[in-house]
Amino acid sequence: MSREHRTAERPAQHLAEQPADERTPAIEVVDVTRSYAFGSTTVDALRGVSFRIDEGEYTAIIGPSGSGKSTLMHLLGCLDRPTSGRLRVSGRDIGELSDAELAQLRNREIGFVFQAFQLLPRSTALDNVALPLLYRGVGAGERRERAAAALRAVNLGHRLTHRPTQMSGGEQQRVAIARALVGEPRILLADEPTGNLDSRNGAEVMRILEELNGERGVAVVLVTHDDEVAARAHRQVRVRDGLVERDSAAPAPAPAPRGADDDVHDDVHDDADDGAGVRRLGA
Amino acid sequence: MKGLEAFRVALDALRGNRLRSLLTMLGIIIGIAAVIVVVSIGSGARQQIQSQVEGLGSNLILVVPGQFDTGNLSSNAPATSTLQISDGELLADVVGDAAAVTARVGSGAQVRAGTVERFTTVQGSDQNLPEVFDRPVAEGSYFTGADVDARRRVAVLGSRTAELLFPGADPIGRQVTISGTRFRVIGVLAEQGESFGVSQDNEVHVPITTAQRLFAVDRVDAFAVKAPSAQSVPQLSEQLWRALKDEYPDQTFSAVTQTQILGVIGQILGLLTAVLAAIAGISLLVGGVGVSNIMLVSVRERTREIGLRKALGARQRDVLVQFLVEAVLLTTVGGLVGIAIGVACSLLVDRLSPLPAVIEWWSPAVAFAVSAAVGIFFGVFPARRAGRLDPVVALRTD
Repeated sequence: MSREHRTAERPAQHLAEQPADERTPAIEVVDVTRSYAFGSTTVDALRGVSFRIDEGEYTAIIGPSGSGKSTLMHLLGCLDRPTSGRLRVSGRDIGELSDAELAQLRNREIGFVFQAFQLLPRSTALDNVALPLLYRGVGAGERRERAAAALRAVNLGHRLTHRPTQMSGGEQQRVAIARALVGEPRILLADEPTGNLDSRNGAEVMRILEELNGERGVAVVLVTHDDEVAARAHRQVRVRDGLVERDSAAPAPAPAPRGADDDVHDDVHDDADDGAGVRRLGA
Repeated sequence: MKGLEAFRVALDALRGNRLRSLLTMLGIIIGIAAVIVVVSIGSGARQQIQSQVEGLGSNLILVVPGQFDTGNLSSNAPATSTLQISDGELLADVVGDAAAVTARVGSGAQVRAGTVERFTTVQGSDQNLPEVFDRPVAEGSYFTGADVDARRRVAVLGSRTAELLFPGADPIGRQVTISGTRFRVIGVLAEQGESFGVSQDNEVHVPITTAQRLFAVDRVDAFAVKAPSAQSVPQLSEQLWRALKDEYPDQTFSAVTQTQILGVIGQILGLLTAVLAAIAGISLLVGGVGVSNIMLVSVRERTREIGLRKALGARQRDVLVQFLVEAVLLTTVGGLVGIAIGVACSLLVDRLSPLPAVIEWWSPAVAFAVSAAVGIFFGVFPARRAGRLDPVVALRTD
């Protein structure tokens, strides 16, 4: 009921901001909070976060553990709903969608890559990759074809019928990437994708993600605590204590306390202005 | 996700955990097999008794002293019979055919032929028995009305008795001694078969008048009356009872039809079968609880898989259906195996034991439906739990 209340309050502000940019934002986060109740105490994991990710952007969300970046990732992945604020994914306000509609939105718009790969151990690479298509109602023949194409795209054309247990970590993560891209989503959410890999395999995975971003125009959102990995993205959003501490795409740096962001300067590269239309909302 | 896909996914999951799936099914297998065997033995017994009662002769009405209560399954027969041979004439008048009524008195007795001695049923009857009870004579002849009137000491042997007393020899014209009195064998009855492992051919028929003197009684155990047609049975039995009641107002009689006998026996057997099937059904229930239990374990074990599937776009309903199909697959495959084992055991019981067993077409069909229902009933709870899992929490689980 508070949701309707909010939407009634906000439309004017929203409309005023929209015409400034002609591209549809892939993700639009406006003043989002997320609190968890543990018995009588409430933990505020996100305390009012706003930013926007455009189509084809390559963004890293950085933050130490406990910063709220996992909560943010779950929200961006439409696995959860904000406590307050508005979160639009591909133009749809996820606070207003039912569970089934959220599932459909995840299925069509978002590809997930997890740190622990999250493959079904008893299924072949082909079946694993085809899984999102299963929930889209795609026929078995087409599923197979598209899954095989996705696996070839990550150079695993020779591993179609292998099971995860028969593959190296790097190969497993590439299967997971193939699964994320098989449904041709607009957004690819990668949560510590190199966390369980050695540097060589990690580099390979990063190269594939960059390729997807560059060639297919998929908006890649990389969630990591690794600055080195984050540095390869075109834009860095740093989260701390449930707030966006720094956004490299923001026209003016957020008034973060001096000294706390010493390391940020090293991470923020000159490509901060890459996304021409990228700007902070709700500032 | 379509039904066929859910089926394939569920099958994969069950195959991935073969031993557990098998053990879970075992409860259902045993339950279903036990129900099938119990029901088939019950049906077998019922059918056998039915054919035997019908084999007594078609359109038969038994007139017995005392109360034959079909409602309470109890019969309070008086200690001594109130029927006499002469009452047969009364009954014959009602039917309008003297040949349609036969009297009977029976007792066990020692029967000896030469050095061979047997304890067997000695049946006192009259010349109308072969016709009324549909029991033809295979050799020689049955006794006549004259034999009955003259209390002749003639005997007709059951086929089994004839074989036991005169192995490999023709008994016609030979002598047998019944309770110390000598009789001349004049005929052998055609074979009748077994009933519950007891031969019906192990008996000796003598004229009822001779039998009454032999046993030192003047009673008649029962009259058997053959109605002219099946339609006339209910009315005729009422008329027979009324005739006796008019003659002896202060005594109780019963005119019992085959339908009534079948009804009573069917009632007893039905009750017995139901009780046994219910006991077997309890094991099916326990099997169902086992399925529920294993499905709950499976949901917990596969929390991450559920989280992943939801992240990739599975709706609550998709996950619910997946786990429900899995539970139903477990119970129906278990049900099919149980049906196969139950049918096989029933056939073995029928072949190897004196118990008859008949598999009715509906019992495997019902068993299959019940096993599917058990799967749905006991699968819904774990499946709903799986469907409702929060993907965020589920993905975090390790």
